[in-house]
Amino acid sequence: MNVLECEGLVKAFDDLVAVDDVGFHIAAGETYGLLGPNGAGKTTSISMIAGILESDSGSVTVGGTEITTRTTEGKRQIGYVPQDIAIYPDLSARENLRFFGKLYGIPKARLDERIDEVLAVIGLTDRGDDRTEEYSGGMRRRLNIGIGLLHEPMLLILDEPTVGVDPQSRNSILEGVEELGRTGTAVLYTTHYMEEAERLCDRVAIIDGGKIRAEGTRRELVELVGQLDTINLGVVGSARRLAEALASVTELESVIATEGSVEILVEGASGLLPRVLEIAQQSDVGVSGVEVIEPNLESVFLHLTGKALRD
Amino acid sequence: MRAAFVIAGKDLSQRIRDRSAILLGLVAPLGLAFIFSAIIPDTTASFDVSLAYVDQDGGEISSGFISGVLPDIEADELATVEPYTDLDTAMVDVESGTTHALYVFPDGFTDGVLAGDGGSVRLVGNVDHSISTQIADAILSGYLAEIDAVGISVDAAMRSGAQDPTALVAAAAQSPDAVVLVDTEAASRELDATTFFSAGMAVFFLFFTVQFGVSSLLEERFYGTLPRLLGAPISRWSILGGKATSSFILGLTSMVVLAVATTLLIGAEWGNPAGVAILMISGVLAAIGIMAVVAVVSKTPEQAANWQSIVAVLLGLLGGTFFPLSQAPPALAFFSKLTPHAWFLQGLGDLSAGDGLSVVVIPALAMLTFFVVTVAIAVLAGRGRVLAP
Ligand SMILES: Nc1ncnc2c1ncn2[C@@H]1O[C@H](COP(=O)(O)OP(=O)(O)OP(=O)(O)O)[C@@H](O)[C@H]1O
Ligand SMILES: [Mg+2]
Repeated sequence: MNVLECEGLVKAFDDLVAVDDVGFHIAAGETYGLLGPNGAGKTTSISMIAGILESDSGSVTVGGTEITTRTTEGKRQIGYVPQDIAIYPDLSARENLRFFGKLYGIPKARLDERIDEVLAVIGLTDRGDDRTEEYSGGMRRRLNIGIGLLHEPMLLILDEPTVGVDPQSRNSILEGVEELGRTGTAVLYTTHYMEEAERLCDRVAIIDGGKIRAEGTRRELVELVGQLDTINLGVVGSARRLAEALASVTELESVIATEGSVEILVEGASGLLPRVLEIAQQSDVGVSGVEVIEPNLESVFLHLTGKALRD
Repeated sequence: MRAAFVIAGKDLSQRIRDRSAILLGLVAPLGLAFIFSAIIPDTTASFDVSLAYVDQDGGEISSGFISGVLPDIEADELATVEPYTDLDTAMVDVESGTTHALYVFPDGFTDGVLAGDGGSVRLVGNVDHSISTQIADAILSGYLAEIDAVGISVDAAMRSGAQDPTALVAAAAQSPDAVVLVDTEAASRELDATTFFSAGMAVFFLFFTVQFGVSSLLEERFYGTLPRLLGAPISRWSILGGKATSSFILGLTSMVVLAVATTLLIGAEWGNPAGVAILMISGVLAAIGIMAVVAVVSKTPEQAANWQSIVAVLLGLLGGTFFPLSQAPPALAFFSKLTPHAWFLQGLGDLSAGDGLSVVVIPALAMLTFFVVTVAIAVLAGRGRVLAP
């Protein structure tokens, strides 16, 4: 059963159509990525999904309940982690958590226990009673996420949670999201980092200019655009001779010789690499380096939109 | 409802940590009330007093006052004196405040007194010029006391058998209440200086205190927490309700603490607690409404804070929180009624006159009208905008 279903979401700000007919669904335990550059419409889309922003049209249901800006009870199923850090600087982490816990109606008896659990998960147990204005940027980010987790929602929406985070904190955030997926939480994750989408997401939607350009698993997306693997061979000796020798291998889509290197396009590079190296040896051409580039979401994005994911 | 209280509770704990609310809500008004009441012992010292009379009597006693007493008062520049022939014209001028207090000597006054039947002089005072009226009262009483003394000595002379043409005057002395004052409309309706400054500073700073509560909504946007509130399983009204509740509690607490503190520390007399409570509650609501309008029409939190301060100061000045309106030009007195401050102080003044609780009804209704109108404006102006993420 799908935890989230949304369809036909549209939002315009004056003349600018920020989100144009966005729709998708997420199943329990599934992590779904919205991958797109700045201004693609990611935040606007999830704001409508979380019932924060009024949509011009379209519908959202979470756990079978329709979500609009006027929904109250249904929003209990949603955890929302805003892109910009949203905590009270003059309150401690514990007080921030307690306030939102009360708003979400977590029973008093459970709340203190749950706050301790969340503080442990986000690694702030020792600093829980300090005012958050004394926290580092990474600590604030972790609390920002912790507030979204507090009430154990069935759908967790994370809006670019790793922006401005050091590599170590980033890794622990990503591990946390993977763990959530394993425990059955549906996760909606927006990012403009291709690697994060590839690592975390079961399915990814590529969004640009307010529209979803393509959607599917990483493999499906790559196949969709018919991208091939690239093998780059650094050669000592005649690159042309090697290229001519490789022409006999029919599985290779194209072979291009340049000064000191040979670039080969192929479907499934790893399977053919031993044969390529064997032919090089037979042709008496020395190989100084091998690089295999598999197509990724970055190249899918480039193919679909004609521009790079990051400027 | 529950969510509104959760939000209000959070806001209040933030305000308590942020000292500026306590500073503006308690320390500043208390300090200023204390200073003002110490350096300005009484506000009557330099006031103009304008008196008038209508002499329908034309007898010895009335003309003794009019030509014997009043010219001296005028010569000493204690008051200006205006004669009227027509009672109606004179009454109109008292009502408008052109004249502060009017003596009316009715037809047959002197004859009545001399015949031993008693008589009365009417003293009509303008509501907002109680001090002038009290002065007028004192002048007349002094004169009438002298007549009394004259009467007694004549009486003594008569008993010794002497024939005196003033024997008739002596009759006045025989009736102990030969002359009574009636119709002093302006029962003291003004607060004493200490209470005035205590109440004035309390209502002046109320607007700053309330501003903290109202502006905390802008702060939620600034901290980025507004989207979280919008995403929470609570109604949007409870967000506004929470802000209104914390503003109300802040405002009312500062008023109550100030009333108690000025009563205990500098001897202010706020009057009937129930009446004071009604005035305070309506005043706090009016302040919330006005500050909400300013917040809603502002584009940024800084802009809101600046305009809220300007509005609070202007309304405070116009509303007579720094100086009593009773002696201000009539135009200012009129415009001051466009501020909740003036209604609040008027209500307290009337209450202090001991007229009973009913005197606070009109001022309270006036302030509640401010509340209703400004909240309506804020809701209309802020619709679809205030609670956008
Ligand atoms: N409140 C608003 N008023 C006007 N335009 C807006 C508003 N919010 C977003 N937009 C516009 O809508 C478009 C989509 O913005 P959105 O914030 O959804 O992008 P995003 O994909 O989240 O980008 P980023 O990665 O930078 O966060 C942008 O062109 C943005 O300028
Ligand atoms: Mg965004």
